[in-house]
Amino acid sequence: MAIATKSKSNGKPGANGGNGAAVPGGRWVGQRFKRKEDPRLIQGISHYVGDLRLPDLLHCVFVRSPHANARLLSVDVEAARTSPDVVMVVTHAEVAAIGCVPCAGSLPGLKIPNHYVLAKDQVRYVGEPVVAIVAEDPYAARDAADLVAIEYDPLPAVVDMERALHMSSALVHEQFKTNLAFTHVIKNDDVDAAFKRADCVVKQRLINQRLAPIAMETRGVVAQYLPGEKQLTVWSSTQIPHLLRTQISLMLGLPETSVRVIAPEVGGGFGSKLNVYGEEAIVPWLAMKLGKPVKWTETRGENIAATIHGRDQINDVELALKKDGTILGMRTRVLADLGAYHQLLTPIIATLTGLMSTGCYKIPAIEFEVLGVFTNKMSTDAYRGAGRPEATYLIERMIDVAARELEMDPAEIRRRNFPKPTEFPYTVATGLVYDSGNYQRSLKRALDLAGYDKLRARQKAARKQGKYYGIGLSTYVEICAMGPSAAMPAGGWESGTVRIEPTGKITALTGASPHGQGQETTFAQMIADLLGISPDDINVVHGDTAVVPYGIGTFGSRGTAVGGTALYVATEKLKKKMAAIAAHLLGGKPEQIEFRDGRIGAKGSKKSLAFGEVVGAAYAAKSLPAGVEPGLDATHFFEPSNFTFPFGAHVISCEVDIETGEIKFDKYIAVDDCGNVINPMLVEGQIHGGIVQGMAQALYEEVIYNSDGQLVTGTLMDYALPRAADIPELTLERTCTPSPVNPMGVKGVGEAGTIGCTPAIVNAVCDALAPLGVRHIDMPLKPERVWRAVHESNISHSDKEARAAAVLRVAAAAKGARRTTTGRRA
Amino acid sequence: MKSVEIVVNGVERRAQVEPRMLLVHFLRDVDGLTGTHIGCETSLCGACTVLLDGRAVKSCTVLAVQADGHAVTTIEALATQGQLHPLQESFWEEHALQCGFCTPGMILCANDLLARNAAPSDEEIRKGISGNLCRCTGYQNIVGAVKSASRKMTRRAAAVAGKK
Repeated sequence: MAIATKSKSNGKPGANGGNGAAVPGGRWVGQRFKRKEDPRLIQGISHYVGDLRLPDLLHCVFVRSPHANARLLSVDVEAARTSPDVVMVVTHAEVAAIGCVPCAGSLPGLKIPNHYVLAKDQVRYVGEPVVAIVAEDPYAARDAADLVAIEYDPLPAVVDMERALHMSSALVHEQFKTNLAFTHVIKNDDVDAAFKRADCVVKQRLINQRLAPIAMETRGVVAQYLPGEKQLTVWSSTQIPHLLRTQISLMLGLPETSVRVIAPEVGGGFGSKLNVYGEEAIVPWLAMKLGKPVKWTETRGENIAATIHGRDQINDVELALKKDGTILGMRTRVLADLGAYHQLLTPIIATLTGLMSTGCYKIPAIEFEVLGVFTNKMSTDAYRGAGRPEATYLIERMIDVAARELEMDPAEIRRRNFPKPTEFPYTVATGLVYDSGNYQRSLKRALDLAGYDKLRARQKAARKQGKYYGIGLSTYVEICAMGPSAAMPAGGWESGTVRIEPTGKITALTGASPHGQGQETTFAQMIADLLGISPDDINVVHGDTAVVPYGIGTFGSRGTAVGGTALYVATEKLKKKMAAIAAHLLGGKPEQIEFRDGRIGAKGSKKSLAFGEVVGAAYAAKSLPAGVEPGLDATHFFEPSNFTFPFGAHVISCEVDIETGEIKFDKYIAVDDCGNVINPMLVEGQIHGGIVQGMAQALYEEVIYNSDGQLVTGTLMDYALPRAADIPELTLERTCTPSPVNPMGVKGVGEAGTIGCTPAIVNAVCDALAPLGVRHIDMPLKPERVWRAVHESNISHSDKEARAAAVLRVAAAAKGARRTTTGRRA
Repeated sequence: MKSVEIVVNGVERRAQVEPRMLLVHFLRDVDGLTGTHIGCETSLCGACTVLLDGRAVKSCTVLAVQADGHAVTTIEALATQGQLHPLQESFWEEHALQCGFCTPGMILCANDLLARNAAPSDEEIRKGISGNLCRCTGYQNIVGAVKSASRKMTRRAAAVAGKK
């Protein structure tokens, strides 16, 4: 059924309507324009990978390891092979020709184990694929999986990343004779001097727990091979279709020209689909062998066990300060749990933590050491924020710890260490150059919105009544628009092609393949303003390597700042050409031509041509100026000169019930600055979602492996995603400090909420519990953990509570002896 | 194999199915209605929510044979006579979706909520949709969309009543 999906009043035209510039206040840019993607999504008529229907489609399932570390003694697949409707069963031996799962991270001395698509001889994490089964029916494939008999010889599992560095530890990869995959140091010279000079040194150990990204659509792959045409088509739920095509061609030994990757509708990624997984090579291989299309849809159980995890760092941080709160230096030692193998970016995530560890403060001297550690777990990799939430958490927590030590207001100590707005571009100790910023302004606005002084007064009053009310701040800066190619493993540019079709409709092709961000809408708004036409006339196409010029993808908050800019420049190229044609037809100079309200003509002149007339002239090619080619098609590969550095301030207030450990939010204020904004509605959506993912880490989520390496949070019952009723109303505002790095002055916003939120929550809870002597609680702040922190710090509360706390301490010591008594270093 | 007759979006569907077949697989694989998504297969995420005789159910936890003789409504049938349902309109207007994967289930869950409570408070909405997970939006705009749809539906019902 055809549904009328054109909106009646989609975005109020801005003041500077259609002036040919894509800046806020244009006709479309800066407007709350309803998304072009949504009509198909709200009617359930879009197509995710799992929705594809191909004739003769076969179904693949995987048999995965139930052990964290075990030798494979035998794999008996005979019963599975003869099970009804089964067409193929393969183990490592059959697929040995498929190349290993790639790792793009390169660090000096990095140990890279072979990462086979199906386990060879040994399994190293729960969920590692061992056998692939293809059947005519998905139920039959699952039945056959139950018939596979694998004999394992379980080995001791390496679970705790600190113990993994002991000489006596079992090894994840015997051949390396160590579980240390790499050591990476960022240092400038005067750190020791800074600490000697300090009036005050604060130290804290911070645990940044392991998380699962949990995109609502799990991963999935469909592959079809046409032997006559020698064409392999792979539909995958991926953030990086072009990079995936290159890797599939390498893994399968096919010319890249024979491989087409299509990322159809992608149901969320959050970094988990910024990767190349073994299944993305096996499923195409099976389709080629069988001569029929094959489909695999990840179950949620597989998704939690065998899609990359994020975070999982232990940070030991020391901050050296003067009495007045001025920071002199910082030393950080990071243990990063890499899991058993490297996925695409596994080793480099913690190095990003190092780069951003000075946050938005002037910290002249730093020493930052990362130790990457193999364990018998799923790989960690890029999850929303990818190394930067860890950086923000560690510096923002340390600032609060220091403020308490120095008896300073947390807002004041932050202000004291901010660079001045006039100091930008500002070079920090790690060598990064922050493009633009005004940290004072976003903090002031957030404090004003929260009514900070009143909140402090309320806190004082609450404490008198025996209530525990806390206020938490976080002033974050993040590194976005990834990135200059010099700093990226596989190029940091992005492609954009704008094609004005003969009828005047526009196809825009972007390599920044989105998965929920709304680039079909924002890019159309931008191009519409540049050309003085309507976004309804622009179709943004992405995610198909046969149609879109080579691109990098959507991650690292780069879609708009890098992908958008590529389209911006491509559109400018076409405008130049159209201006030359229009000037030729109308008489006059191309420099005077402007694009306004669907017409093209000289500024101030009444003579003009309809947009379509100039397009028609370009294609009819009967009267073109000398040297101008027919057609209207331009591509630009945009190479950014620097990253962008969005920032902001989050202020939270909450009350903690010390009897139950529950946290009740009062206010959540977020003032974010992502530079210029194309569509405020979509920016707010990104921040809302980001903040809730930050809250998820602060309060609920944690991937837990037990001491045997068993995943004990393997379902959504055990891995606690926030639900609507858990979340408070968020109050958002923005300041605007445009970036000088790109012509639109945009910065990126996809990860800001997640990065800014987490420390603010923990700071608020620790602030609430300060009178009880609670200095720090590790995330997630589950009621049990908060209650325990309260009672352990305050055992003289009453005899009864002292006894309860003592009992708990004994229990905790018995349970956690393994974890807590090992030394800091191997 | 078992024979079932299920009225799907107003059309009677007869099929031979395995007794273990889930309703969501019946809808997607037998009926080709892929607007109903599968997010967890354990009734924890709500992506597969459909209406069974008008009430929201998670179709990954209902067997096709249990739906025998009953009526199922999926997202594909929510718009009628070329008009989006007020919930669909509001989800669009309020930017209550990003990747869209949870959206069909979320809309049908909200539909059930509004059928039971025409003017829910924010808190009632948050509680009402808590069986459905969304990883993108942080829920705030979904709450706003359900509220806006509830106002629209009340207004439209009043207008219809006025005409009569």
